[in-house]
Amino acid sequence: MDILKSINLEPILTINNLTKKFGYLTAVKNLSFTINKGNVYGILGPNGSGKSTTLGIVLNVVNKTQGDFHWFDGNITTHNALKRVGAIIERPNFYPYMSAEQNLKLVCRIKGVDYNKIDEKLDVVGLLDRKTHKFKTYSLGMKQRLAIASALLNDPEILILDEPTNGLDPQGIHQIRQIIKDIAANGTTILLASHLLDEVEKVCSHVVVLRKGEKLYSGRVDEMINSHGFFELKTEQHQELISILESHPNIEKVKEEGELITAFLNQSMSASAFNKLMFEKGILLSHLVKRKESLEEQFLQLTDHQEN
Amino acid sequence: MLRLIQLELQKLWLNRASKVLIIISFILPFTVLILSSIKINFFGFFTLELGELGIFNFPIIWHITTFFAAQFKFFFAIVVVSMIGNEYSNKTLKQNLIDGLSKKEFILSKFYTIVFFSLCATILIGLATYFIGLYYSSYTEASIVFREVEFLLAYFVKLVGFFSLCLFLGMLVKRSAFALGFLFLLFITESIIYGLMKWKLSDAIADGINNFMPLQSMWNLINQPIQRIAMTKFPEKTDMMYDYAVHWYEIAIVLGWTAIFVFLSYRLLKKREL
Repeated sequence: MDILKSINLEPILTINNLTKKFGYLTAVKNLSFTINKGNVYGILGPNGSGKSTTLGIVLNVVNKTQGDFHWFDGNITTHNALKRVGAIIERPNFYPYMSAEQNLKLVCRIKGVDYNKIDEKLDVVGLLDRKTHKFKTYSLGMKQRLAIASALLNDPEILILDEPTNGLDPQGIHQIRQIIKDIAANGTTILLASHLLDEVEKVCSHVVVLRKGEKLYSGRVDEMINSHGFFELKTEQHQELISILESHPNIEKVKEEGELITAFLNQSMSASAFNKLMFEKGILLSHLVKRKESLEEQFLQLTDHQEN
Repeated sequence: MLRLIQLELQKLWLNRASKVLIIISFILPFTVLILSSIKINFFGFFTLELGELGIFNFPIIWHITTFFAAQFKFFFAIVVVSMIGNEYSNKTLKQNLIDGLSKKEFILSKFYTIVFFSLCATILIGLATYFIGLYYSSYTEASIVFREVEFLLAYFVKLVGFFSLCLFLGMLVKRSAFALGFLFLLFITESIIYGLMKWKLSDAIADGINNFMPLQSMWNLINQPIQRIAMTKFPEKTDMMYDYAVHWYEIAIVLGWTAIFVFLSYRLLKKREL
């Protein structure tokens, strides 16, 4: 399996034991992971968990303390590798006195890209008719879209986005997400850092979970928690149901919230089989739903476990 | 190299403030030069014609024009510190690096622009001096015309050295106004150190060390020409003699400082978290 992986997967970014200290504070602790071509990755973590620091290091703006990283096959300098990368971090940074077009020309000069890409990419983000306007006249949403156009200029092999919807209004958030989805659909590798779980859940196939600079999990989103799901139950025979659940071998844990009882499974069991079992035991359920944890619940569970 | 200069020129030329300052720093020395070379008639009472004083004679004209033109370097110094300050305040320095510019290229693009500007200024002053000289000078033999042309080289080195110092101060404090403040502070510090050395040590040692100070070494490249003009009027006063020539070691010291400032700017950027 591992041999197969190394043949088929083309690494874009490899991080080995990366550590960053700001004085006494360790922002990133011994972090290792690999980004392979064609997947959509999320970096998840609460504020201050080291997401932006990690991205800052690989983007050449923050100096690492220990460890190393390399882009692509490792035979390329970081600044040359970045010409094949598109990145947007935190806030859109452009020259306020230049128009959108002039700003993008500057980026073309840095990346060594032809100017004819400018109109094409401005069209993708819907700013073509405003291209001669100065950057300082743009709204935050437009600025963020210009940043995306700028990151796409070189048709990057990987697009890195750090909190791309931060501070935007709902319409702006929707526009940005739609653009990201379109880009992902084209097969571009994406690395999306966010503390918004539904954002990551909607677009990412793989996830790296960070807390206080340490990696808690990295792998596929759907394998993040080895869970068989849980039942949400309601009945008039409350106490009897609880005692049956607690003695049942398939049930790992029972939680009560008013009338609602939540029973967590430790092995798979279908809702109809469970219903049949309850009926045989003489318990009539008024409410039965089988669910799997959302990413948010999985994430909280994962970070909680580590805390204890 | 061309790419890096183009990059920086686009940043400067599209910014109205720096565009105006660049134009001023080119035009102002010329205006002064041309104004001083025409006859000024004070309401018929008397006419002042500086050309009559012999200051536009070859070879002394090279000394005079480069000295006075160098006084206008302050305008472009503002451009230099603000081109660093703006990159920090707009956070575009960070964006440039993310877009794939290396830290070395960033400093080089600023330094090349400084060299490019200094070269343009030198060529323009060179041409202007040549034509004004041809018009006024009593001597037009090539051997006399080009005798002290090394003042042009001194002018060029002086500009590059001074703007490199501004580049370094801009990188150090990140804000234009503070960088200019630091420049002034450096000027005062040099004077104080010189004063202290004169007081505690001998004059010769004090002068010797002072000639290695950044601002003093740039000043030494083109000494003030007033005394020299006076000397031409009173050749019998030998106590007014002083060494106004451009020496190779003066150029070497300033080039040394230039290298140090550019290297330190790069080191600063390399160590800094953005």
